[in-house]
Amino acid sequence: MKYDMQIIVRSLGKNFGAQKVFKNLNFELSDGQSLAITGPNGSGKTTLVRVYSYIGLVGPYLELYEELTALENLRFFARMRGIKDAFNRSMNLLQRLGLDGRGDDPVKNYSSGMRQRLKYVFALLHEPHVLILDEPTSNLDVQGVNTVYGIMTEQKKDKILILATNDQADVKYGDQQIAVGP
Amino acid sequence: MQLVLKAWFIFQKDLKQEFKTRYSINAILLFAIVTLVTVSFSIGTFAASAEIKSSLLWIILFFAAMSGLAHIFVREEEKHTADTLKLVAQPMSIFLGKFLFNFILLIVLEIITLPLFFAVMNFSVEGVTVLLSVLLIGSIGLSAGATMIAAIIAKASAKGALFTVLSFPILLPVLIAGISGTKIAVYESTFKAAGAELQMLFAYAVVVITAALLLFDFVWKE
Repeated sequence: MKYDMQIIVRSLGKNFGAQKVFKNLNFELSDGQSLAITGPNGSGKTTLVRVYSYIGLVGPYLELYEELTALENLRFFARMRGIKDAFNRSMNLLQRLGLDGRGDDPVKNYSSGMRQRLKYVFALLHEPHVLILDEPTSNLDVQGVNTVYGIMTEQKKDKILILATNDQADVKYGDQQIAVGP
Repeated sequence: MQLVLKAWFIFQKDLKQEFKTRYSINAILLFAIVTLVTVSFSIGTFAASAEIKSSLLWIILFFAAMSGLAHIFVREEEKHTADTLKLVAQPMSIFLGKFLFNFILLIVLEIITLPLFFAVMNFSVEGVTVLLSVLLIGSIGLSAGATMIAAIIAKASAKGALFTVLSFPILLPVLIAGISGTKIAVYESTFKAAGAELQMLFAYAVVVITAALLLFDFVWKE
């Protein structure tokens, strides 16, 4: 299904009790655009991303079930999202992320880099129109980073990409930038 | 329909995790068996009356349940999978899936503990079907209440102690009606004799499940 999507954010703020995390954030994003969120540690990048966590999301705080295998995890999430032909799509994504042949391994046997790759498979499984990446290249080797950059380039071509990062190499994938925190 | 289907998928996922780790089933069964053996040694085989034995049965079931039922949500929080689950499921389907898992766990506990209790404690009842009905309906209320409390305490630091302490006052009506219904089953074989207890257990289960479905959204998201 082809559809246009636009995200418009006006005067967004977030408090934890009396503590203001960020205030008065404004930005607009349409198909074919991307956004990089920058700021020092503790400035609220992750908090901002979690406010919009209803779409395709990769983040350090999202884990998959480590007792289950990668394919069991993907099957569960595919069924929850009502994805058809989930097996073939899972196999293709596992191959793209360099995890082919490891689908039947329990996630607890995965290294941190492999877990990060698997999170991309999870996030891309339902072909999200909006992809939100928090620390997108953490724990990845050079090959993994290049794969992720390929995914980011593809996503921002005709869909929406939002990334929260401090890595300057990642930031350049955002057409717009907003800085949060003091 | 979608809600029930998703709850079923969550139940299947939890069951698969449990088969691989066997954490909850081992915890509650070991607790139940150790407690049963301790109780039988402490009071002697023939010393206790049927009334006391009825109470002991429910105390063993309650504390055994407390040792394992919270794990269903604690696991999600400790392994950082709760946020991932939030992305794909509505709170109501999460509650229903987890409630079903805890209910089945409790039934398995009862299937194994009950014959052992009958044998070790020399316990006998006139109304077997009455006892089974009391246990079945009591288990619905017990697992629904425990599932809701498990979701509340999963984010706390002293989870184990907090779960039992918070559960006791909330699950007390199940314990009282369950003990009373079991005592009646010792001497009576008709449902009419235990009618008030069965009604009480059924009403409790309905109230707790309704309250949980209404409130779980806030508990899960906050």
